[in-house]
Amino acid sequence: MNRVLVAEDLYLLRDGLVHLLQAHGFDVVAAVESGPELLKGLLELRPDVSVVDVRLPPTLTDEGLQASLEARKKVPGLPILVLSQHVEQLYARELLADGSGGIGYLLKDRVFNAEQFIDAVRRVAAGGTAMDPEVISKLLASNAKNEPLAALTPREREVLEQMAEGRSNAAISQRLYLSESAVAKHTAGIFGKLGLAPSDDDNRRVLAVLAYLNNR
Amino acid sequence: MVRKIGHVLALLALVVVQLLTLVSAFLCLVLCFGLGMVFLFPPQVRMIRWVTGMTRYLVRSSSGIVIEPPYLPKPPPPQPQPDGLYRSHRTLYKTPRMPAWNDRWKWMLTDPATWRDGFWLLLDPGVKMVLLPLLILLPGRGLRVYGLWCELLLAATASSRMAGQLSSLNRARNLAVDTQAAEMRRIERDLHDGTQARLVALGMTIGAAEQLMESDPKAARALMAKAREASAETLTELRRVIRGIHPPVLAERGLGDAVRALAMDSALKVSVQVELTHRPEAPVEAAAYFAVSELLSNAARHGGAESVEIDISTSGANLRITVTDDGWGGADPSKGSGLTGIERRLAAFDGVMAIHSPAGGPTTVTLELPKVLPQHWAGDVAKLPRWKLATVIALYGTAWCPLFPQGVVAGIFKLVGFDEKAWFLALHLPDAWQWPCIAFMILLGTAMYATAVAIPAHHKDHPLAPRNPLEGVGFC
Repeated sequence: MNRVLVAEDLYLLRDGLVHLLQAHGFDVVAAVESGPELLKGLLELRPDVSVVDVRLPPTLTDEGLQASLEARKKVPGLPILVLSQHVEQLYARELLADGSGGIGYLLKDRVFNAEQFIDAVRRVAAGGTAMDPEVISKLLASNAKNEPLAALTPREREVLEQMAEGRSNAAISQRLYLSESAVAKHTAGIFGKLGLAPSDDDNRRVLAVLAYLNNR
Repeated sequence: MVRKIGHVLALLALVVVQLLTLVSAFLCLVLCFGLGMVFLFPPQVRMIRWVTGMTRYLVRSSSGIVIEPPYLPKPPPPQPQPDGLYRSHRTLYKTPRMPAWNDRWKWMLTDPATWRDGFWLLLDPGVKMVLLPLLILLPGRGLRVYGLWCELLLAATASSRMAGQLSSLNRARNLAVDTQAAEMRRIERDLHDGTQARLVALGMTIGAAEQLMESDPKAARALMAKAREASAETLTELRRVIRGIHPPVLAERGLGDAVRALAMDSALKVSVQVELTHRPEAPVEAAAYFAVSELLSNAARHGGAESVEIDISTSGANLRITVTDDGWGGADPSKGSGLTGIERRLAAFDGVMAIHSPAGGPTTVTLELPKVLPQHWAGDVAKLPRWKLATVIALYGTAWCPLFPQGVVAGIFKLVGFDEKAWFLALHLPDAWQWPCIAFMILLGTAMYATAVAIPAHHKDHPLAPRNPLEGVGFC
């Protein structure tokens, strides 16, 4: 059973998240509403995964993000899924900067689709990544003039997007209605074209792709 | 020398024009106020202003004395009323010609500079004749004296300068209010046409699903799924509107990171340098942010740029932003509405924009917002460290003791020959040591006071942050 911490300042949303997580078999160990409480909870409880809103009291700026970064500095790889009303490449880069995985960054709207949201929470808890499609499309857009990326086939591009969002080969094959071996073939093609070292570990592969996209 | 003689000759040649102008001005005054031929007045004033303008130019190039034109700012063009007519006092006109003429007439007639110009014109030929020997024998000295004379009557007065400032402030305020209002209208439209309409549709879909719940649960479920999609779309729409009002990154992180985020989202190669220790006020941040955003999209859309450099820095209390792109240049604020928009936004903060964009590039746009950072960030007032402050207080608190009772008063006692020794250290010592001790006490007290004065004074001369003098930039 996964122990979860929820940090969200709006009561309704916090309550909704707690119920949603409990309904999917998570054990919510704490539901906090401010930055300092969050940092204390993260460091003391060491939850298996935390769902954190970027904007938290007292400053109502990026308190949640700062607390998460701080906690991950002290406890490398502490799994945290960051939720926000808006996504920024800047924040995504900061969250991914330590390259240790166990990190997620999603728009709050993604909670609407409970199944996919829970899937993302599980992935982050297992040390994987969950990046919002909007972050990935922004990343790809700002890499538009990148030669090797332009050389990808449309199918490879689709696979790359799914991979960058943090999905495993199996999950990608399900979403794109491809066989797993076909996905593996595309992944090998992508890694070859981008000049990345192939790896069998899903998480490490995702991080390599994100690092590549971030490294303009 | 030859140049100076040339200037003298030019000034003397101008006398001919001046005399002609003087005659015509006299005739004009008589015709204008004697016979009511008022239409002669503006051309006459314009003619005199041409002569004074010419003189100002000659004085500046010959003796380096810069004489600011003192004239009040031109009246704005008349604005039509809602019914399309133009009003001037109690009369309505169909065309703006007459009201504009009236405004111009009043502007020239009431400007004290007009009459000072006339006075100058009357006296100047005489002054030139008096100065003639000096101008011929010592042209350098003579031109300077002549320049000073002109400055006396032709320069701007405090009140004309104030009037100019007032009118530019008025203009800036009107622009700021207009921009604000336009912005509000845009936001209202966005919310009305986008978000509000979507929410109405969402409510209707949910209503339909509610009705179908009993009879056709399957269709109801499909409708609910549709409603969920619609709500996600509404959120996306709302996010776009919010970004246009005040981008969330700007609120959360301030100007530096917001511009960095902007740079990351741009398809161009953008390098950002930020040198800002504190956050400026929110309205300033927003104006600067939107200006940079507009410049970036301009560079991509019209400039054909591939890489852009953004530099945000402070000099004193001023905020300066430079955006340089490697596009094909030729940016013209009079053509692009985007650039005028930036100027308008900045005008509210007395900000200015300088564009250097030769054909073929590169384009450099410099935005300067004066005095938008509080003074204490600019390093003007450096705070005294606590230990220094304690030392100064202690010195002031104790320096009186050696100087007055132990030094001066003891000395007086000794001079007068009082027997009383009281608590004066010197008087308790052997005779030979008394005077040296008194002198030492006075010296000690004086030195302590001097140190107490010197510490803060020395500190003020070396503020923590060095002050950069403003470099000259050509603004357009």
